[in-house]
Amino acid sequence: MTDTCPQIIADYAFRSLGYGERVLPRSDFTLCHEFTLIGSGLIWNVYFGTLALLFGFFFATALALAKASSNGWLRRPAEAFIFVFRGSPLFIQFFLAYELLVQLPKAGITLGGLIIPTDWTTSAWAGAAFVLFLNTSAYSAEIFHGALMAVPKGDIEAADAYGLTGWQKFRRILWPTTLRLAWPAYTNEAIFLFHATTIVFFSGFPAYQQRGDALYYAKFFADKTFNPFIPYPITAFYFILITLTLIGLFGMINRRLNRHLPGQSRPKLRIRPQIIR
Amino acid sequence: MFDSCADPKSLEGLAWALCYLTTGKHLLFYGSFFVVLALMLIVAPIALAFGFGGAIAARSPILPLRLFGKAYTAMVRGIPDIVFFLFVPVAMDQGLEYLRYLYKCPHDGTPVWANNEFAVCAAAKLPLSTAPQIWHEVYGFFLAVIAFSVVFGAFAANVLYGAMNAVPRAQLETAEAYGMTTAQVRRRILIPQMWTYALPGLSNLWMILIKATPLLFLLGVEDIVYWARELGATKSQLYDFPHGDWRVWYVLALLCYYLGMTKVSEIVLDRVTNRLSKGQATMAGEAQRKAAA
Repeated sequence: MTDTCPQIIADYAFRSLGYGERVLPRSDFTLCHEFTLIGSGLIWNVYFGTLALLFGFFFATALALAKASSNGWLRRPAEAFIFVFRGSPLFIQFFLAYELLVQLPKAGITLGGLIIPTDWTTSAWAGAAFVLFLNTSAYSAEIFHGALMAVPKGDIEAADAYGLTGWQKFRRILWPTTLRLAWPAYTNEAIFLFHATTIVFFSGFPAYQQRGDALYYAKFFADKTFNPFIPYPITAFYFILITLTLIGLFGMINRRLNRHLPGQSRPKLRIRPQIIR
Repeated sequence: MFDSCADPKSLEGLAWALCYLTTGKHLLFYGSFFVVLALMLIVAPIALAFGFGGAIAARSPILPLRLFGKAYTAMVRGIPDIVFFLFVPVAMDQGLEYLRYLYKCPHDGTPVWANNEFAVCAAAKLPLSTAPQIWHEVYGFFLAVIAFSVVFGAFAANVLYGAMNAVPRAQLETAEAYGMTTAQVRRRILIPQMWTYALPGLSNLWMILIKATPLLFLLGVEDIVYWARELGATKSQLYDFPHGDWRVWYVLALLCYYLGMTKVSEIVLDRVTNRLSKGQATMAGEAQRKAAA
């Protein structure tokens, strides 16, 4: 059964989502097989990363503001949340979340005559995405909080002088400056968030019908062929692509955030590995 | 462990809990916490050495060495660390067995990688299949240490490279003006002075190292995650201590353990930072000078 490469791509390109050939290849693994299946798994990494990043951004902003608040009822919960999610390994968080979600009653929760099904929460697309969302919110909130504290005093005084208060002051002055200051660190966070998505299927969440992410398939090939020298470099290649794409996208936003500054004083994005989990 | 635990089914309450928490498997579970600590304490200096080598190489005037150093520091930026954790142990294992194959096995022309197998003769296996179990575990742990050291060495190289560049140029020029050679400048000025700049990054790395230790589980080492899953799983009446699914509680204990480690590390590292900023031409050092005056 030696298929041509276009045939393999047609069979396996969306295998990770459950479309195409049901059985994973058993023998005659070609480079094309490995590239296609690992690339297919990459869909999950992009899904987890994008979703968590998108929702996490807004929650992180709220958390950062809460942490900067002078009201203890807002500040303390935010601080505790950030400490728990930054202070413990993501791997353990996945395990704990999975075990907690498994405890939910199988038949669903009855709420005023309405039955809410619970079985979907233990699947990776929901449960793991939720944990990643909380995790990246905590890390980003710490970054945003640091940037918020670094907003120049003069900016705030100028806003006060113009009579800006409340939402307007936040929207026009505080938020843009915070984002501008936080952006290089936040770019890092985004990159390492995408890297962190690779541990989802190694940490309790089962890969239903062998629909896994890029690393899941890479390990599948490494286990089957006893040759780690092909699947892992392919995974590495895909992730370098993701990293470069992210740097490109975030660089564009960075330029937009800093467009009012003279060329020399614009901060450049520098990738520093400070935030893996 | 205690005599009173001879018949666990008759026990209740506190006595039961005491017996349950001191079973042989629980003692192994407690022991695995020390395995994790040992891993961190062994990896930290090795990774620092790797990082040091990487940073020096990345600054080297010799092109191949510099390229190697730059590639080593760059690799962790684009590629998830877990890929290395899966790749390095297998690659190391196969590499070592291949080396042993070259001089221990009869060469009859059969290739080593063939038919989706990695086959070397029994004499080249590492550790030998006749070796006692403990050597298999030690070997597994050794591979884990190498994998962690390679990854964290690359992180450390990044940090140290940045720190070396952050040492004020004037300090190095002063040393040169005194007639020191490049090696002397490096040994007497650059390396002692860089620590204060490297410390924020290095303490960050230590935190990351703490949080990377559960990945030992993926490498097949019987670490705390392994035991938490093992002990927490539902135990039927066949067992001495039957209970339901308690994995949540075990994992929760691990979470608390890691949070505690993080907190303690934060406190210790804050002290070290203070100590190292003394008399430095940095914001922290200046603040200390003003506070004292």
